[in-house]
Amino acid sequence: MASGAELIRQVKERISEVDPREVRERLDGSPSGVSANGSGPGGQPPVVVDVREQHEFEESHIPGAVHVPRGHLESRIEGASADRSRPIVLYCASGNRSALAADTLERQLGYEHVESMTGGITLWKDRGYDVEVPRALTTEQRSRYSRHLLLPEVGLEGQIKLLESKVLLLGAGGLGSPVALYLAAAGVGRLGLVDDDVVDVSNLQRQVIHTGTRVGEPKVDSAEKAIRDLNPDVEVVKYNARLDASNIMEIIEGYDVIVDGVDNFPTRYLLNDATVRLQIPVVSASILGFDGQLAVFKPYDGPCYRCLYPTPPPSELAPSCGANGVLGVLPGTMGLLQATEVIKLVTGSGDPLVGRLVLYDALATAFTDLKVRRDPECPICSRDPDSISEEEMGVFPDYEAFCAAAG
Amino acid sequence: MAITVKIPTQLRSVTSGEAEADVDAAATVGEVLDGLYERYDGLRERIAEDGGLRRFVNVYVQGEDIRFLDGLDTQVEDGDEVTILPAVAGG
Repeated sequence: MASGAELIRQVKERISEVDPREVRERLDGSPSGVSANGSGPGGQPPVVVDVREQHEFEESHIPGAVHVPRGHLESRIEGASADRSRPIVLYCASGNRSALAADTLERQLGYEHVESMTGGITLWKDRGYDVEVPRALTTEQRSRYSRHLLLPEVGLEGQIKLLESKVLLLGAGGLGSPVALYLAAAGVGRLGLVDDDVVDVSNLQRQVIHTGTRVGEPKVDSAEKAIRDLNPDVEVVKYNARLDASNIMEIIEGYDVIVDGVDNFPTRYLLNDATVRLQIPVVSASILGFDGQLAVFKPYDGPCYRCLYPTPPPSELAPSCGANGVLGVLPGTMGLLQATEVIKLVTGSGDPLVGRLVLYDALATAFTDLKVRRDPECPICSRDPDSISEEEMGVFPDYEAFCAAAG
Repeated sequence: MAITVKIPTQLRSVTSGEAEADVDAAATVGEVLDGLYERYDGLRERIAEDGGLRRFVNVYVQGEDIRFLDGLDTQVEDGDEVTILPAVAGG
């Protein structure tokens, strides 16, 4: 019986090996030298597969490498490259595990162009080539976010994106409460809160981030306490202010996603125009009675709020929740749909609700999906973002009359 | 079969609280709405002006905005769902 070392030597004799320099050249798309083993067909860049263990991959890896631990090679390689004719370069720490893996792919799984990188990532690093060093999670974070880490659509990469994301919530009220709680729980790195109101006992029927003991406190302070208690990873930035033309650009700049839960039309139009100019996506919801609306406005990728609603309704048809009532659970339902869309935008998973409007009818338990198109004559997003001036932001045809009527 | 129209909360004060209305014998969105105007006093004033829709009202046929189809002349068929939708700003 051959020893382990003997087996590896035999395997290396029958598989193809490739030098790190050549792998790097192929990845850069520059013309490679003549390979001793012949390069892949048509100069197609290879799929680079890291066959080491999870913790080794997380420490550092070749940029763009796909991780398929050797122990899961047979079951997962097709996820990395289903095409048997596409060239594959395998690497590990020093070139032994990747040699064995290459043998398996070639002899047992029928991959046609498999190579093992000599010297592994150790030699790659010795040569001074770039590696990607992913941000690592602490032991506490691994445990806290373990249910996310188990989802391929989120995983470590997605969780790190969440931890590095900056999300601004407009309103810490009905919609803002559940959004803030769930985004904090999900580990969004920075949560900005804009609200100039104080907690009132009439809010507690739906604004679940606040408590009876915090009635009378500014909503941003009350929300901050709840977020801190839930997840210390989250940095809370408070804006105890009402969003208006004088402060909007300063507040929203630098955020990755904005969650719109404001309770009035002038602010919604102002927000739209400013976010189109800065090209920040807005996850928008609104509620009334038992009905909710939800949409994602991603500037220039899909329609903006003005494409959907060119003008606001007159005030007699635009009742506020205070005047008309709202089912307490409804902002919960709609807010959690908003939080879901935020996470999808941040992690890049799924299909965000761009170009669609979802209506939720709580009494009928019915969702209706409507298409929203970009209006080629939209006064805002049909133009170049830099041409949108601060003077015209938030202005609509009957603005003066609307505001006078709304008091 | 008929065409089913979904009525938003803001307009239910003129439809005696009805959230849905069926309209028969209509070939276009305009005819569907005319059928509703006959049935519900005050609806026309709320959502229409000068023979067209007021600009804050969106109407969808089978999920498509009629502004991007043929407006009030958009054809409807039995079984279609028409949604009337004004903007809402509650938060």
